[in-house]
Formats: sequence, structure tokens, C-alpha cells
Amino acid sequence: MTHFFLDDDLPVGTVYGALLNDRATIERLTPQFDRPPYKAVPKAPILYIKSRNTFAADGDVVEVPADPGEVRVEATIGLVIGKIATRVSADQAMNHVVGMVIVSDLTLPHENYYRPAVVQRNRDGFCPMSRMFTAQTGFDLGNATLSVSINEKRVYERSFSTLVRPAAELIADVTAFMTLTTGDVLLLGPGDGAPIAHAGDQINIAVPGLGDLGHSVVEEKLS
Amino acid sequence: MKRGRIIFEGRTFDVKEGKDGRVELPDGRLLQETEVQWLPPVEFGTIIALGLNYADHVKELSRELTVTSKDAPLVFLKGPNSLVGHRGQTPRPADATFMHYECELAVVIGRTAKRVRAANAMDYVVGYTVSNDYAVRDYLENFYRPNVRVKNRDACTAIGPWLVDADDVPDPHALGLRTRVNGEVTQDGSTSDMIHRIPDLIEYLTSIMTLQAGDVILTGTPDGVVNVQPGDVVETEIDGIGTLVNTLVTA
Repeated sequence: MTHFFLDDDLPVGTVYGALLNDRATIERLTPQFDRPPYKAVPKAPILYIKSRNTFAADGDVVEVPADPGEVRVEATIGLVIGKIATRVSADQAMNHVVGMVIVSDLTLPHENYYRPAVVQRNRDGFCPMSRMFTAQTGFDLGNATLSVSINEKRVYERSFSTLVRPAAELIADVTAFMTLTTGDVLLLGPGDGAPIAHAGDQINIAVPGLGDLGHSVVEEKLS
Repeated sequence: MKRGRIIFEGRTFDVKEGKDGRVELPDGRLLQETEVQWLPPVEFGTIIALGLNYADHVKELSRELTVTSKDAPLVFLKGPNSLVGHRGQTPRPADATFMHYECELAVVIGRTAKRVRAANAMDYVVGYTVSNDYAVRDYLENFYRPNVRVKNRDACTAIGPWLVDADDVPDPHALGLRTRVNGEVTQDGSTSDMIHRIPDLIEYLTSIMTLQAGDVILTGTPDGVVNVQPGDVVETEIDGIGTLVNTLVTA
């Protein structure tokens, strides 16, 4: 089995993303939660998996299908697990994190979250990841910001101060029901109103105090 | 040929089925299957599962469903934390009121598959095994359903014991499959009742994502799922593929 490395000696394990982890998204969707298909507000973390075919590196070219010819760039930070974590308390959670990655979590746009979005989220190359960073002195994940530029124009900014579950709480609530193991990556999830990119675009994501990630998007060739 | 992975006397071995269904070590020694610790038969890559892929199971659950069998396959993914080998233990959460097994034919991919046509799809299958893909229905939420908390719990997807070569399974859509709980048959179906069949699933999946050797597709379960309790011994069996034994324990 070939591995995708976050670091010279750390192959990536499983990449999990947290849906609905931004307070603005929850506020926007709240009027829908009482109605079908959801019928209730989300309780536990809602996760999705970025399968290994989605892994891509800094500088890669990502193909998007001609239909719809666009992707949503759900840029985020991924927590890299350095020590196996089962039923970890929020107090202890960050001791299980060895570093962070910047991730361009790509998805075909979708607004209905009833069924797993494998068709939208798990296309080849749809998870470009930076190498693993360790935070620079003074970096505060709870107040970190991230910006997305498309073709060198800044189109989106978000803060990680508005998460429903900040990093430590997310690890605690996830490991309450499943183990995260060394090399696994837990994405903090999409920000609300994530930008759309089209074939031909160059995407750059920057997190001050952590690092950056770039990749381009081209139309898929059906050879 | 049937192949597996086990731990015996502190070592991990790739083994095959020997005489009288016994486990044959690389040096030729033959062991009873109860003498060894079973690992999942392959180091699996991407684990893909199908929901609602048997007509009768869809009917069984239909009152709470908004989909029909005409829809695209209901596909979800699982992590390796969910896997446990033959004769393993699966924890049942103390607060669960309805946790059920699901006997499923697992299809293992043998080589890289991208945009494969159904007509050629079976060339990419290296073999088959049995899976018991437990679900804890108490934790169902209507977001990315079946949500990860229901379907990706540690050791809640038993798989094995053997990977059976595809060449030894002439028709994977003509296999009886059944589940016994403490010896009593509770689920009895046939892979002929799959809604989306294996070649169509491979065509569909590889139109979305490149599959690689070691990726596995759990093809869904027929009706007859019942609640199970700590201490229950659950045997999921598929004719010609194997009998997978699992025991529920208190979490």
C-alpha cells in the first residue's frame, strides 16, 4: 500500500471532517432543522471521511468534472493525531495532537446534508493537504484566521473563534465514540459561505502563524 | 484459494486454508481455527459500504425512509478503527436500545480501477469475504445518514475469516447468506436480491473515485435485523465464502 506523507516519517491515516461546526452555518440552517429531512438539530459531531483517493499535495492540479465545473473550497485546519486517542477529555485532547495541516477540503457544491456526500466530497484529488506544520510561537488555534485567494485575489476569510466545537472539544466528542490513531487527521470543518472555484483557477490558502497551501483546479479530462 | 491473516504464538502470519478447513501456516503446520487470533483478511484501504441495497431490507425499513430503490446507491465510508477480525468482540454501548448486525458480502478490489464499465468490472475483483456491519440505531441522526457515530464505532465491523479468490466464486449473485444469533437463524437471504449489483456498483463508484487494491465494498444486507445483547454470539455466513463469528460484549 502506498502512503501519503504529512512529514518525513508520518504517513497519513484516515482523514475525518466535521460538518456543521461553524456557528454561522448552524444559525443559517436552524430554520430547516425542525423540518424533513432533518427533523431535529444535530447533536453529536457529524463526520465525513476523505478517502485516500482524495489526498493531494501542495502544488497539485485538481480535476473537477465539467458538470458542474466548479468546486466549493471548504478551507480549514486539520489536527494531526500523534498519539492514539480513545475517550479523551477536552483537557487532555491537545496532548494527542502532534501538528496541524492546512487543507483545501474540496466538494462539489451541495446544500442537502441528509445523505453522505461521497459523490461530492470523495472525488480524486479533492483533499489537498499541506505538509504538517507546528505552530509558530504565539499561534493561538482558538483565534486563528484563514484566508482564501483565488487567482491572487482574496475572496474569503474565516476565523476559528466561531467553531461550534473548538479543537479540544471536537476531539473529546469524537473520541467518545471512535478512536483516532496516529496519523489520522481531524478537520475542524468548513467555514460558512465557503468560496467557489472554477476550472482554471489558482487557489491559495494562508493561515497566519501556521503556513500556507496552494493548488490549482482544471477541468477533468475524460480520457 | 482462501487466504487470511492471523496472530499465532506472538507472530503475524499470512495463512491459507489447508486440509479440513484448518489454518495452514507458511511452514505447512495445520492449526484449528480456534487456536489462532484472526485479523481482518486484508489490510484494507478505503472501506465503502452500501445502505439499503436489498429490496426486502428497504421494505423492512420503509416507514422511516424517504428514498426508494430507484435512487442512486446509498454509499458511505468507514475508517479502519471499525474493523475487527473473525472471533472478535464488538462492544455494545450501555445506553443503546437497538443495536443490530448486518450480514454483508464484502467485495475486495485487486487493482487500480478508474471509470470501469460494468461489463469489465468483475476483472477488478480479487476476492470476497464476509462482513458483519453493526449499527446502533439509537445514534441515528438525519445528517450524512447513516452517520459515522452509528456506523464507524471501534470494532463494530467484523470481517473475515477468509478472503476467497474471485475465481472460486463463479456467481457472487447466487449466494445464500444468513445470520444466526446464539445458534438461531434470524436473517436469511440471497445475494440475488441486491438492488445495485456488484458490476454496477463498481461502475458507479469508479466514476466518482479511483479504487485501489485493498479497497473493499460492503454490499448491504437483507431483511431480518434484530436487536442483540452483550453475550450474544452472532454468526454471519455466506455460502462458499465463510462463517464469521462475533461476540457482543458490554462497552
